[in-house]
Amino acid sequence: MSALLSPGGAAAQLIRRDLRLAMRRPGEWLQPLGFFVIVTVLFPLALDPELSRLRDMAPGVIWVAALLSSLLALELLFREDGQDGSLEQLALSGLSLAWLLLAKTCVHWLLTGLPLVIVAPLLATALGAPVAALPGLLAALLLGSIALSLIGAIGAALTLGLRRGGTLLALIVLPLAVPVLVFGAQATALAIALEPLAGPLYLLGALAVLAATLAPLAAAGAVRISLE
Amino acid sequence: MLEWLSMGGNARFVWPSYAFTLLVLWLNIRWARQAARANRNEAKRRLAMQRSEP
Amino acid sequence: MAWTWFHRFGSPPHFYRIAGKLVPWCAVLAALACAGGLLGGLVLAPSDYLQGEGYRIIYVHVPAAILSMMAYALMATAAAVGLIWRMNVAYAVAASCAPVGASFTVIALVTGSLWGRPMWGTYWVWDPRLTTELLLLFLYLGYMGLRGAIEDSGRADRSSAVLAIVGVINLPIIHYSVDWWNSLHQGHTLLKFGRPSMPPSMYVPLMTMIVGFMLYFGAVLLVRARGELLRRERTARWLLDVVGEA
Repeated sequence: MSALLSPGGAAAQLIRRDLRLAMRRPGEWLQPLGFFVIVTVLFPLALDPELSRLRDMAPGVIWVAALLSSLLALELLFREDGQDGSLEQLALSGLSLAWLLLAKTCVHWLLTGLPLVIVAPLLATALGAPVAALPGLLAALLLGSIALSLIGAIGAALTLGLRRGGTLLALIVLPLAVPVLVFGAQATALAIALEPLAGPLYLLGALAVLAATLAPLAAAGAVRISLE
Repeated sequence: MLEWLSMGGNARFVWPSYAFTLLVLWLNIRWARQAARANRNEAKRRLAMQRSEP
Repeated sequence: MAWTWFHRFGSPPHFYRIAGKLVPWCAVLAALACAGGLLGGLVLAPSDYLQGEGYRIIYVHVPAAILSMMAYALMATAAAVGLIWRMNVAYAVAASCAPVGASFTVIALVTGSLWGRPMWGTYWVWDPRLTTELLLLFLYLGYMGLRGAIEDSGRADRSSAVLAIVGVINLPIIHYSVDWWNSLHQGHTLLKFGRPSMPPSMYVPLMTMIVGFMLYFGAVLLVRARGELLRRERTARWLLDVVGEA
């Protein structure tokens, strides 16, 4: 990469590179989606398959499943680049590491978060949600999954290279993700009840914006510390 | 006196609360002193090793 | 003038010595304050209009909950100071806050649960304060877990500092979201009293207990911090004087 690259150009190159690398191993990147579906399916099996009862549980089930699969997906964010030294190159490049990490997180979300958002309406319908609830559900999950990817990036950066980092990652990220869970699940519940959900949706949006501005900074700091 | 001890019938919640609190506070003192002592000994050992090196 | 104080406080040998002198004072004052608070709370304060005698648990529950939050705030502040000014003293203080703060969280949870039982009939209610305390406990455990998982002491200090700062920024958001969630589902609140506000005979012992707990925290923190500081100062000359005598 030329030292004369603009931040926008560098981000675009990084995004293209990450997408190309991910396409070589699509299976890996589809696993979180599979996990999301399986976990959601477990609930009717464990409980009552009666749709009216499932409908009450649907917000909680979908959001917890989404949270857990986003945790699983975090492993993929920095693992390769951390191991082969590309992350170090990014840190040394002289460009804003926070900006570059934001770009990386965007790609990560496109590959792991967006599929969840797309599949969720199908699962929600299977859990008894009415069709009119789906736009609200989509909006909530869109904002929530973005926030979760960004918050998770901080955890991934902190646990970079640690043995058994997975369980520690969960312990670190889940408390921080609680606000997203609370507002997201409530928004979904309101959507399913066909009631206005602007309130929690705005709060979710605020969380997503806050995460987009602050999380990359924290993640960049954490990456630099982890690489020393 | 007995009436005070029974705490209006809630004795089995009030007194264990205080007992548990006291226990944890005491344990914290113990752990803190143990940790400080261990760190002090380790520092002593480290210094002794440094001094014995040429 | 303030800067020289700050730098002197941040200097390890000074901190070590001053902390050593402060510990007995804090300990004695803590014992006195707690004794006074317990006397006021357990014996002198009247019984509550709604809850009878069972409310007296607040004299340990509330101070523990308040201290658990203060300890986290102090931990994050010390961690930030350590990161910005690369101060071993600050890192030592931050590391020492965690186990004590976590213990306070556990006290708050257990006493809160025991308080809830006579009030609501179950040992656990999804009360906003208890739920936030539970999440705070996880934040502490995450901090201590991250520290424990990193072998290099410097990286452990710095990484956990970032986590503490992220946590403290998140804490009000978490607290707000839990309150919001609780109000939606018409949950129970633990801290309800018969009168609209607490009379001084109840209020004063509570404040005294809080002060007592703060002094206790200070004493235990300083004891731990001195040890933590020794661990971080590798080749400093002052160690010889200090450790030789110990």
